[in-house]
Amino acid sequence: MPHCAYVLRIADTSLILAQRLGEWVGHAPAIEEDLGLANVSLDLLGQARMLLSYAGELEGRGRSEDDLAYLREESEFLNATLVEQPNGDFGQTVVRQFLVDAWQLELYEQLLESKDPRLAEIAAKAVKETRYHLRYSAGWLVRLGDGTDESHARVQDALTRLWPLTGELFSTDEVDREIAQAGIGPAAEALLPGWSARVAAVFAEARLAAPVMSPFSWHGKQGRHSEHLGFVLAEMQSLHRAHPGATW
Amino acid sequence: MTDNSQDWPLYEIFIRARSGLDHKHVGSLHATDARMAIEHARDLYTRRQEGVSIWAVRSSDIVASDPADADTLFEPARDKVYRHPTFYDIPDEVKTL
Repeated sequence: MPHCAYVLRIADTSLILAQRLGEWVGHAPAIEEDLGLANVSLDLLGQARMLLSYAGELEGRGRSEDDLAYLREESEFLNATLVEQPNGDFGQTVVRQFLVDAWQLELYEQLLESKDPRLAEIAAKAVKETRYHLRYSAGWLVRLGDGTDESHARVQDALTRLWPLTGELFSTDEVDREIAQAGIGPAAEALLPGWSARVAAVFAEARLAAPVMSPFSWHGKQGRHSEHLGFVLAEMQSLHRAHPGATW
Repeated sequence: MTDNSQDWPLYEIFIRARSGLDHKHVGSLHATDARMAIEHARDLYTRRQEGVSIWAVRSSDIVASDPADADTLFEPARDKVYRHPTFYDIPDEVKTL
């Protein structure tokens, strides 16, 4: 069911990134950043909820957003491998966020034209949030990249480390091909030109050098993840698994 | 939480709740630059739809009256009730004033 898998990929990418950003609460470098990161996290969580509910409907097995978020196993999660990477220092979080924000903005802008009205509707809401996310992360990337020697070295280092994980975002597989043919969403590779232009402009301003794209690709969107996702899920799912159906 | 924000300059934040109203002072925050001040203000003070416009002003740029001068500055106005516009008869025809 490529339609359901496609929606799950977008949903899980938002969900796992929201969970990662949530780890900053109470630990950010300033209370203002604490709230800034939490706001982005909650936006992403809101997107994930809409998309997971929709994926549940497409699947047709009666699974709710909570069932999908809390009761799936690691190999059933279809998020991009990039978003499950650890927060590292604040600079690494900013780099990860920036790379994903630029990709999501490209994706949501193209989904506005989707033949699937539900996806177009979700994209219309998400695109406004994502424009702000990108403004926030790009602002920080420039501040740190064009900042002190230490801040520059840290974000350049994070970029070198995370860059190889971006290849997956633009590698089209069978699911993407069917989705593109049906006019539901863009093929993964169709997002590359816009994304490259966006990130290159900010890298120039931040005095950062884009590493060379490595031929090696990750396959998180097919359920094959790095060693980090299991720990993210263990924390995210533990409460629901210990107390099924618990409400706040 | 480490306290880097102590090194960051303080900004006073003013929010316009909706079109037509004045910007009102809502609080202050730390930011490294003007752009960050606006973003922080958006995240701190408009997350519950409190506003449609933000002004940020470096706190150090505000010129303030000295509380110690209150006697000199504000006391003399106390016994000048004739300055209040309450000594006029308003014609009945005037509906709104």
